[in-house]
Amino acid sequence: MNETIQRYALAILAHIALVLAWYLFVKLGNVPKFVMPSPAATLDALLAPNYNWWGNIAVTGTEIFAGYFLALVVGIALAMVFTWSKALEAFFMPLLVSLNMIPKVALGPLIIVWFKYGVFPNTLMAFSICVFPILLTTARGLREIEPELLDLVRSLKGSRWQLFAKIQLPGALPYIFSGMKVAAILAVAGAIVGEFLGSDKGLGYLMLQVQVTLDTPAMFMAVIMITLIGMVLYGIVLALERWLVVKDARIDA
Amino acid sequence: MSEPFIHLAGVTKVYRSGKSEHLAISDATFDVMPGELVSLVGPSGCGKSTLLKILAGLHPHDGGTLRIGSSTHPFDPARDVGMVFQAPLLLKWRRILENVLLPAEILGLPAAQSRARAKELLALVGLAGAEEKYPYELSGGMQQRAAIARSLVHDPKLVLMDEPFGALDALTREKMNLELLRIWKEAGKTIVFVTHGISEAVFLGTRVVVLTAGPARMADNFPIDLPYPRTLDMKTSVPFGEYSRRIYKLLGME
Repeated sequence: MNETIQRYALAILAHIALVLAWYLFVKLGNVPKFVMPSPAATLDALLAPNYNWWGNIAVTGTEIFAGYFLALVVGIALAMVFTWSKALEAFFMPLLVSLNMIPKVALGPLIIVWFKYGVFPNTLMAFSICVFPILLTTARGLREIEPELLDLVRSLKGSRWQLFAKIQLPGALPYIFSGMKVAAILAVAGAIVGEFLGSDKGLGYLMLQVQVTLDTPAMFMAVIMITLIGMVLYGIVLALERWLVVKDARIDA
Repeated sequence: MSEPFIHLAGVTKVYRSGKSEHLAISDATFDVMPGELVSLVGPSGCGKSTLLKILAGLHPHDGGTLRIGSSTHPFDPARDVGMVFQAPLLLKWRRILENVLLPAEILGLPAAQSRARAKELLALVGLAGAEEKYPYELSGGMQQRAAIARSLVHDPKLVLMDEPFGALDALTREKMNLELLRIWKEAGKTIVFVTHGISEAVFLGTRVVVLTAGPARMADNFPIDLPYPRTLDMKTSVPFGEYSRRIYKLLGME
């Protein structure tokens, strides 16, 4: 227990140290505000009335969470379909591996052509970038079943569904979470790139607006806000993993 | 003389891959009486695991006669087989009690009764108090004890064991041999025990079936006339040595 407290204390200390180093660098180096604002100047950017921070945070947050959730549902559902049908897997899996090679960012202009710009196409960007890691790790996890365990279930004339529900799916959970952790980071990047390419609201949009006026403190603040949204998502995934996956079975990602 | 529980006569198994055929078992002929503990001994690749899978109903056999069950001991292939493998194969995400309950869940047996039985079995295998632990909190030997409890939870008539102690260190293995004999006496099951350990085969078995590899065939089948309970000092007795030598000879190692 003591060790846990110590680890948390160190983690907090490291973050404080970073902010302190940032402050000292700006202060001692006499760095102009438009190059790098101080932590205080960055916080001040929140007070600027015309930036609509909360609205933009809500928009970007929606895109990230909606895209991620959609990817989770579609990725896991497709992986399940593949474990039920060997033929479907043999047909689609190589295709998906190829599709995974497409730089999803390159789809941005196309998505804008198809769906105009706004929350929905940016959600699609986030979705397209994080569906593959979830799908691929889930499919792998569902496939990883010891042949003898299969024998055990078959010797009891267990059904396909029992095998899936009692052994395959819980066995795949650590893999699913390792994919989800990777995807959580990618979802944030996807949504922001989408906003860069075309949007009229959101934190990525705001960054492009304040870049024009060289309001660097606001850009810093936007980056911090995006990071915080990502941390909330990642934190939720980690908490779920702790709750659902036995310590011994967790896979780091 | 009562009816045998398992009757094999000239059972063969051929694996076909493309045009080539591989004879996995040729002419397996032996009987197992109810409540016997039969050791199947032989080198790797002699088809002993295949034979076990045929007994478990996982593979069909290609020739000969195989009958399990008798008028006095009826056998239901869906619920009367318990299996133990070389690896414990416990589900990491389940506590030990829930692991033991797996076969009962698959068969849809009444939950409350099964739980009570699982607890009794855990006590029988020496794991009382470990019900709420996760597999990773137990040693390899203890995990294998849990796997044995799991193989008994649905009260099967036949327990098939495929080198269950093969992955354990020598001392733990000896200890588990004694434990298995105790569990067998108390549970009163018919056990088919596959091993490549000659001394283990003799020490445990009421009967030993010897299989040789390349080409796979049944070499011999004889009862072990040593009294139970068996003790470790029997391993140095003259008859024990003679049985072991007989098997060594059959396997062409003497």
